[in-house]
Amino acid sequence: MGESYTLGSHTFQSRLIVGSGKYDSFQTQLDATVASGAEMVTVALRRVDLTAPKSENLLSYVPEGTTILPNTAGCFNVEDAVTTCQLGRELLGHGLVKLEVIGDERTLFPDVPATIEAAKILVEDGFEVLPYITDDPVACQRLAALGCAAVMPLAAPIGSGLGIRNPTNLRIILETVEVPVVVDAGVGTASDAAVAMELGCTAILMNTAIAGAKAPVQMARAMRLGVEAGRLAYESGRISRRLYATASSPLDGLASF
Amino acid sequence: MKTPLDIRVNGEPTQVAAGATLADLIEQLALGCRKIAVAVNRTVIPRSHFAKHSIEAADQIEILEAVGGG
Repeated sequence: MGESYTLGSHTFQSRLIVGSGKYDSFQTQLDATVASGAEMVTVALRRVDLTAPKSENLLSYVPEGTTILPNTAGCFNVEDAVTTCQLGRELLGHGLVKLEVIGDERTLFPDVPATIEAAKILVEDGFEVLPYITDDPVACQRLAALGCAAVMPLAAPIGSGLGIRNPTNLRIILETVEVPVVVDAGVGTASDAAVAMELGCTAILMNTAIAGAKAPVQMARAMRLGVEAGRLAYESGRISRRLYATASSPLDGLASF
Repeated sequence: MKTPLDIRVNGEPTQVAAGATLADLIEQLALGCRKIAVAVNRTVIPRSHFAKHSIEAADQIEILEAVGGG
């Protein structure tokens, strides 16, 4: 285990944050979450089914001690996102929230001005805001400056599995933003997670890449290992890239035949 | 006997007795054991206030819970 890190007032060891959506059963979701080693799980807030008041609920299938992070998925304006965060705080008893204000249904890219406006309202109301945002360094700087607990640039569109599409933007964000950078959305496989961590991101949040895999529980473990490998490599300080070879074996003492 | 109040709960037309509180509505809907959060006309009402929050005619009540999401 590496160093711990904090998001707002919450401290974590695991740098993998997982979603709980798209699983075929609560049990698979629980098993995958355990296999991922994640200490924080995102949830959405939706209407209770009034016709099935005794049905099972997701919260019974979250490992003990896990932090539940409510999101504002599906919100397309500031007011809905703010109200949803307030409901999340009431439901879960803490003010750490994943803010997403969607600007476009097809790409699910965030509405950047609306996200910034909602974040401002929420920060002033005492929330610890984790905003999902485009990989735009200026948007990330604005969100950090107004007091967000982290910024969460997307790696690629939500659920796309395209991987880290713009590592250079992520590097600029990492260099210019003082709050933790959490890559949110777009990864497809374990090497994508490793790349994000090798860049120096604090953590990574994913859902579809695990839940949509043929073997979700096994993929959850692969992601855990990818995140750990990437983080260890980042902390180890990789060698610089060179155009030409440098011999690994000594040049002195060669036999002369 | 006072006339019941017509309200909407999660978009569904619903009736509650005149003078009913949010706690009464939750009991009527058999949701007492669920982890829920409630907004009345967009204002979040803490669970500790359910018993003293009176329902008004035409209230729009949203009762939400956690579901799988990313």
